[in-house]
Amino acid sequence: MFEPDDVKIPIGPQHPALKEPESFLLTLRGEKITSASVKLGYNHRGIEKACEGRNYTQALYLIERVCGICSHSHSSAFIQAVEELAGLEVPKRARYLRTIVGELERVHSHLLWLGVAGHEVGFDTLLMYTWRDREIVMDLLARISGNRVNYAMNTLGGVRRDIGKELAGDILKALDTLEERTKYYAGIATSEPTLIDRLSKVGYLSPEDAVTLGAVGPTSRASGVDQDVRRDDPYAAYGELDFKVVTDNHCDVYGRTLVRVGELMEAYKIVRQALRELPDGPLTVKAPRRIPAGEVLSRYEAPRGEDVHYVRANGTENPERVKLRAPTLANLQAVSKMLEDRYLADLPIVVAAIDPCFSCTDRLITVTGDQEGTMNWEDLRRYSIDWYKNKGVDFSRMKIKL
Amino acid sequence: MIMSLFQIFIFPGMLFLLVAGLAAEYIDRNLVARFQNRVGPPWFQPLADIIKLAGKENVTVVGSDLQIFRLMPAIALAATITAFFYIPLWGANALFSFNGDLIVVLYLLIIPSLTFFLGGWYSRSVYSMIGAVRALIQLFAYEVPLFLAILAPALLANTWSLSGLTAFYAAHPGLWLVNLLGFGVALVTLLGKLEKVPFDIAEAETEVVAGPFTEYSGQRLAFLRLTMNVETIVASALLAAVFLPFGLNVYPALGLVIFLIKIFFIVFLVALARSLLARLRLDQMIEFCWKYLAPLAFLQLLLNLIVKGALYR
Repeated sequence: MFEPDDVKIPIGPQHPALKEPESFLLTLRGEKITSASVKLGYNHRGIEKACEGRNYTQALYLIERVCGICSHSHSSAFIQAVEELAGLEVPKRARYLRTIVGELERVHSHLLWLGVAGHEVGFDTLLMYTWRDREIVMDLLARISGNRVNYAMNTLGGVRRDIGKELAGDILKALDTLEERTKYYAGIATSEPTLIDRLSKVGYLSPEDAVTLGAVGPTSRASGVDQDVRRDDPYAAYGELDFKVVTDNHCDVYGRTLVRVGELMEAYKIVRQALRELPDGPLTVKAPRRIPAGEVLSRYEAPRGEDVHYVRANGTENPERVKLRAPTLANLQAVSKMLEDRYLADLPIVVAAIDPCFSCTDRLITVTGDQEGTMNWEDLRRYSIDWYKNKGVDFSRMKIKL
Repeated sequence: MIMSLFQIFIFPGMLFLLVAGLAAEYIDRNLVARFQNRVGPPWFQPLADIIKLAGKENVTVVGSDLQIFRLMPAIALAATITAFFYIPLWGANALFSFNGDLIVVLYLLIIPSLTFFLGGWYSRSVYSMIGAVRALIQLFAYEVPLFLAILAPALLANTWSLSGLTAFYAAHPGLWLVNLLGFGVALVTLLGKLEKVPFDIAEAETEVVAGPFTEYSGQRLAFLRLTMNVETIVASALLAAVFLPFGLNVYPALGLVIFLIKIFFIVFLVALARSLLARLRLDQMIEFCWKYLAPLAFLQLLLNLIVKGALYR
């Protein structure tokens, strides 16, 4: 298979196209990709294991830090599982507030994605515009929860913060601005010829392949697979709200862009309706510290696709096992399929089109190469001093208190 | 003698060119920033970048061909500056001229692209090798339409000298309007020559890091950056001389202002393209250049042949 003309080129673990360390080893013939292999494991943090040593409330805040973008998704998926184990009936107002924050999170995630996609194909103006507008929704989230990311809205049995009348009015006003801007971006995405050239027919994933390879979220919906946990297995307030699942039949990156823009428009609608129908009532119910034994699988439609959390309780304060599967893991299988017979230039946008989040996905570390052993802080310091000595800079006499 | 040296090194030679190049970078960066709803850098930023780079370590790659690797940035800058002396700026005459200097200028302007290829190829990094090959393929895509587009006005003027060309158009005011189609073609190919969006394929950062420049650092990178800046001015000046030959035989200071306005106009169009378009793929660029630009350039040639026939009847 490997011929003399072929070039092996590593994209990653450090590469400008990638926002997080992961590695793609490509074999190129000219500009064409003949094979691609994906290697993960640069971001493993052991969060699942760490949850076992904490009680449920502590684990909730740890789970929130699985992802910097869809943090509310992970914490909601986890808390839903724990609430079901504990048999808690979450107040209606809390369920609506969770939905509102979840949809605002989808808005900021999709706007972020739109900008990244623009950057990957060298269209930086789109990046600057969408990220400017993303600030609007980030400010809203900061006003609701006090934080721009990691909102910490959820707590066992409800939510921690309320949305008042004044804030609700401001949210509605901001949504109008965002909707207008989103329409403008939709116009750009469907009319700018160079952008369309770079997006359409790139990263083709047939509906059959999308099902076989288990793609989720916008990636599968852009291949015409009509699946959405919000409708198929309603949680929070989604069962009581009207929205439609956006699908597309382009099966390529262009389709994925259209689906995400469509979902933005739906998200505005959902937030408006949820604010309008926001019921009165308490924010939380009292939750026990010890959760009765049992196991629950919880699903949540994160901006990147279906997020699955599994929690097993043994009747103590700490969970016995927490397992989470981020949407990126499900979509990653499809990437090598999408890269088949494509050009090197298509790799960044094809990978970006699944909206990857690799630190959410990593569950293990593999050590390659022949360097073994461990280094502590002192070793590391000595190593760096020696390294600079070879370059002619002597730091050894420097006295820094560490 | 002293006058010639002054002209070569100070004005309108090297020093003027370097200052103008940095100013062009400042204008380009600020325009793009404004188009993108940003503030943009302060006026001294391009110069500060060069000074900062010049003070940094010169990293060399183990296994790279050091001689070529070191030499290429200097050759690139030298070739671009040399080309400038043959281009008429605000008088009808260039600093130096002979019949055939048009071709020499075009070839001198190819040299930076070739040095990028050689420098990238011999740095032995996969990214710079792929970037280098891309730069070379790109050269084949845009160079023919560019040559054809510049050939047309020269054909009409019946000369191979840039100074002769501007003299001809100064004698026939308004005739340059015939070449507007060729100007459009040349502007688009200029984006390829300067490796600007949508043709910044060779240094597409999300694909091949910095292309041929990946392994360059320190002074050598500063030289390459300066080359790109100077090339912007030289190529814009070439386009201005060939396609916008008006306001030449006026008071020198006014001529300088008109010249700078022309350069600014071209830099403005480049910045506009950079903020409005996405980067094309290599195959799309080749298709675009050969399918659309080359025929349009031929159309300009045909048009000029007809006009010439009418003129010398």
